[in-house]
Amino acid sequence: MEITARALWTMIHGMGFGALYLLACSGALVELYRFTNSSPASSSTPTQERFLKVYLIAMVVLAWAAVLTGAYVIYPWYRAAAPPGTLDLSQFPQRLLMANPSTIGWHSLGMEWKEHVAWFAPISITMAAFVFIRYGRDPSNHKQLRAAVLGFAAVSFIAAGIAGFFGAMIDKYAPVQGGQTIQLTQGEKP
Amino acid sequence: MSSPESATPPNPPAIPNGSGAAAILSAGIGSFALAVLAIAADKSSAIKRTLIFYKPTGPLSGVTTAAILIWLVIWVILDMSWRKKTIALTKTNRIAFVLMILSFLLTFPPIADLF
Repeated sequence: MEITARALWTMIHGMGFGALYLLACSGALVELYRFTNSSPASSSTPTQERFLKVYLIAMVVLAWAAVLTGAYVIYPWYRAAAPPGTLDLSQFPQRLLMANPSTIGWHSLGMEWKEHVAWFAPISITMAAFVFIRYGRDPSNHKQLRAAVLGFAAVSFIAAGIAGFFGAMIDKYAPVQGGQTIQLTQGEKP
Repeated sequence: MSSPESATPPNPPAIPNGSGAAAILSAGIGSFALAVLAIAADKSSAIKRTLIFYKPTGPLSGVTTAAILIWLVIWVILDMSWRKKTIALTKTNRIAFVLMILSFLLTFPPIADLF
């Protein structure tokens, strides 16, 4: 069983950071809603509040790691220009997608949107985390702050969802390949 | 009918909402700046060339770096101005969310191509 270095980076970017972030988003939305709407009688403990702060910081790190690895590690491989006369475009995902009318949309719509919309996720979650950390349980006393934190967490989820969907589909039709081959396990003899 | 919160707030707000308002509005402005810069880089070859900060990533490097700088600078300025103030958050939130919706729309290629 082996994997190329570029495929490994794509996996780290998409599954390690992106998918984990999307999973974390659903939990954060529920927790933020519960935290900021709970009545004083069922108020959360300082330990729970600390946990949510750490959870949000982890989400901020995941979101920035996803967009930075995407833009500065994966994207250069994706958009690399093929030398003139290249017939095998498998090492040039963007050119491969654009060479076929049935797949060009995954670049012209999918990647063109994904490469920009993805950045709204870390911007939004950084804001939501900052406000929650700054105000703690106090957003329960600021109705509009609470609405903004929840709203921007949802925006972050939607942006990451759009980027994740197009990332997965683009990688299905034109995977980023190449680089050093890493052997994960020795194959059994047939 | 007033909501239970406005009728009987559990505790008076301990911290002025200015810092929160600064973070919210700057996030909207930063996202909108990214969308506008993305369109500008797509439509003008001069801007596109200017925004190539890292050649392998192309103009995306400049679009995102510039937008992040705009976001952070505006955030710091607004935070310094509003930290100790109570801001009309309904209006701030509305502006931030409108900017965010516009950002989504302006980065959507069929709409971005209209410009």
